[in-house]
Amino acid sequence: MKRILVCLKQAVDVSQLKIDPTTRQLITAGAPKKMSDFDKNALEEAIRIKEKTLGTEVFTLTVSPEEAKPVLREGLALGADKAYCVVDAALQGADTFGTAYILAEMAKKIGEFDLILCGDSSLDSFSGLVGSRMAELLNLPQMTSVRKITVEGDTVTAERSLEDAVETVKAKMPALLSVTREINQPRIPSLMNIMKASKKEIVSWSLSDLSISSEKINPRIEVLEALAPKMDRKRVKITGETVQEIAEKLAKALVQEGVVGR
Amino acid sequence: MSEHKGVWVFSESNDLTLEMLGKGRELADKLQAELAAIVIGNNVQNKANGLIKYGADKVLVVDNVGLERFQAEAYLGILQNLTAMYHPEIVMIGSTRNGKPLAARLATRLETGCVPDCTRLSVDENRRLIGERITYGGNAIAKIAFKSKPQIVTVPSRAFEKPESKDRSGQVVKHDFKIEPPRTEVVDRKPLETSNVRIEDAQYIVSGGRGIEKKDDIALLEDLAKVLNGQVGCSRPLVEDRKWFTDWIGLSGHKVKPKLYVAVGVSGVIQHVAGIRDSKVIVAINKDPEAPIFEVADYGVVGNLYEVVPALKDALKKMLQ
Repeated sequence: MKRILVCLKQAVDVSQLKIDPTTRQLITAGAPKKMSDFDKNALEEAIRIKEKTLGTEVFTLTVSPEEAKPVLREGLALGADKAYCVVDAALQGADTFGTAYILAEMAKKIGEFDLILCGDSSLDSFSGLVGSRMAELLNLPQMTSVRKITVEGDTVTAERSLEDAVETVKAKMPALLSVTREINQPRIPSLMNIMKASKKEIVSWSLSDLSISSEKINPRIEVLEALAPKMDRKRVKITGETVQEIAEKLAKALVQEGVVGR
Repeated sequence: MSEHKGVWVFSESNDLTLEMLGKGRELADKLQAELAAIVIGNNVQNKANGLIKYGADKVLVVDNVGLERFQAEAYLGILQNLTAMYHPEIVMIGSTRNGKPLAARLATRLETGCVPDCTRLSVDENRRLIGERITYGGNAIAKIAFKSKPQIVTVPSRAFEKPESKDRSGQVVKHDFKIEPPRTEVVDRKPLETSNVRIEDAQYIVSGGRGIEKKDDIALLEDLAKVLNGQVGCSRPLVEDRKWFTDWIGLSGHKVKPKLYVAVGVSGVIQHVAGIRDSKVIVAINKDPEAPIFEVADYGVVGNLYEVVPALKDALKKMLQ
C-alpha cells in the first residue's frame, strides 16, 4: 500500500441553513460551510489504514467553486499528508458529472494510487453519485455503502450494507470505495496536529493545469428551484387536566381524522 | 437529441419495477412514447409477461445463466448495449444500494445527467423530464431538469404507487450480449435479520427518539404499536449513539408514509422530518414544548412520554373495541 486518495467536499452546513419565510428560498449566500461528514469518515478510514501500514501516504482531493482552505487544513490536521484542490468560480453550477470528471483528472495527474475513498453521499446535495461516476471515469473496481475495509497485499475487502444483507466483497487494487457513517468515529485533531498541518503542502490546480475544457464539464442538469418544503400541518396542541383526558382527546381526534378505527 | 424516444424502467427489485411502471406509464402517455421494462437475470422469461399487465408495452429480456445474481459490470454493460440500440428518452432505475451506483455509472458511460432519489417526476412542454428530490439535508425540495439525453433518474422504494394489473398486450423481445466480467468478487453474504414487514409498508408507525431513556422502554412503544396494528421505528440517535436498532427513519434511512406517525421523544431535526414528510397524520409527544417536531405535527402533546404513551394506548384500545 503506497497511497490513498480521499475526496473531501466543502459542503453547506445544513444544520445552520436559514430559510426566507416569505419566499421559502434557502439563504445559501454566506451560509456556514464544513467538511462533508461522510467524507470525514472516509478520511478517518484512510488515516487508520495508514497507521497500520507504514509508508502509506494520504492525499486529499477537493473541487470547489469557492475558497476551501478551512476544509483542506482540517484534512491535513486530521492526518492527511498533502491536499490537492481545484477552486474555480466557474464550478458554481457544476453537476456530479463535472465534479467527478475533475476529481478523476486530478487522480490521473497524481498518477499512482492504490485506493480512492469517498463518502457515500455529501451532506448538502446528498446525491451519492460522484464516487460511482469517478470509478467509471477511472475504470476502477468499485464498492459503495461500505461499512468495513480490510487491506491485505494488493487486495481490498469490504463489507457493504445492502437493504437485506451484508455483503463481503473483494477486489484487486487500485479500487474506489464509498463509505457510510457507520464505518468509524472520526477523531478530533490535536492542537499539535493543527499546528503541524499549517506546514503541510496544499497544491492548487486550475482547470487548464488539468487540460479540462469548460465544455467537458458543462452541467447535464439544471436546478430550476430549491425551495423549503411546505409543511401544512395542523399543529394542534392537545391539553387537558389529566393525562387520561389528553389521551382521550387525542384518540378522538385520530378517529375523526379517519386514520384510526373502522 | 430528438431521436431519443421511449421510457424505460429497470430495477433488480420486483416491487420497485412495478412502482416505476405506474409512473412510467403516465410519463410515456404524456410523451406519446412506448414504455419498456428491462428484465435481466437467469430464467426470467416468465417475469416478462407479468410486467406487461402492469403497464409495459415492451419488455426487453436478457436471460443468461451467468446472471443469477446482481453483478454491477454485467448489468451496466447490458444497459449500455440496450441504450445504444434503442436510444430511450428516459431511464428510470430503482434507487437501491446496487441500483444507484448502476445508474451513476451508466450515466457516466453515456456522458449524461442523472438525478437520484426522485420523489416526483413530470415532463414539461419541451418533453424535458423534471425530477424532484429532497436536498440540503431536508431543508429543500429541488426541481431539476435535464439538458442531456437519455435522462436518467433513480427512484426510491414507495415513491410511487404500484399500479393495478390489467389484461393488456405487449411485446417481449429477447436480447443476448457478451457479459462484462466482474471487477469485484462477492465472498460472503449474510442476510439481515429484518422483520417480514418493511417499515415503508407500515400504515401505523410509533417511533422513538432520544427521549426514550432505556432500551427496555421500547416496550411502551411496542404496546402502542400493537394496538394500532403497526410497527415500531426510531430516529437516528437510537441507532448511532445507543445502538438499540440497526435502521432509522429519516433522510439517510427509511422514508415512510404511514396513515399515522407517532413521534415519541423525537426532537424532530430536519433530516428526520424529511423521512416522515408524506405521513398522513403526525402526532408528536415530547416533554420539551420548544421541540421542532411540534412544528411539523398535526397533533402535539407536551408531556412525559412515560405517562402519555400508556394513556394513549388505553384510550385507543377502548375506542377500537
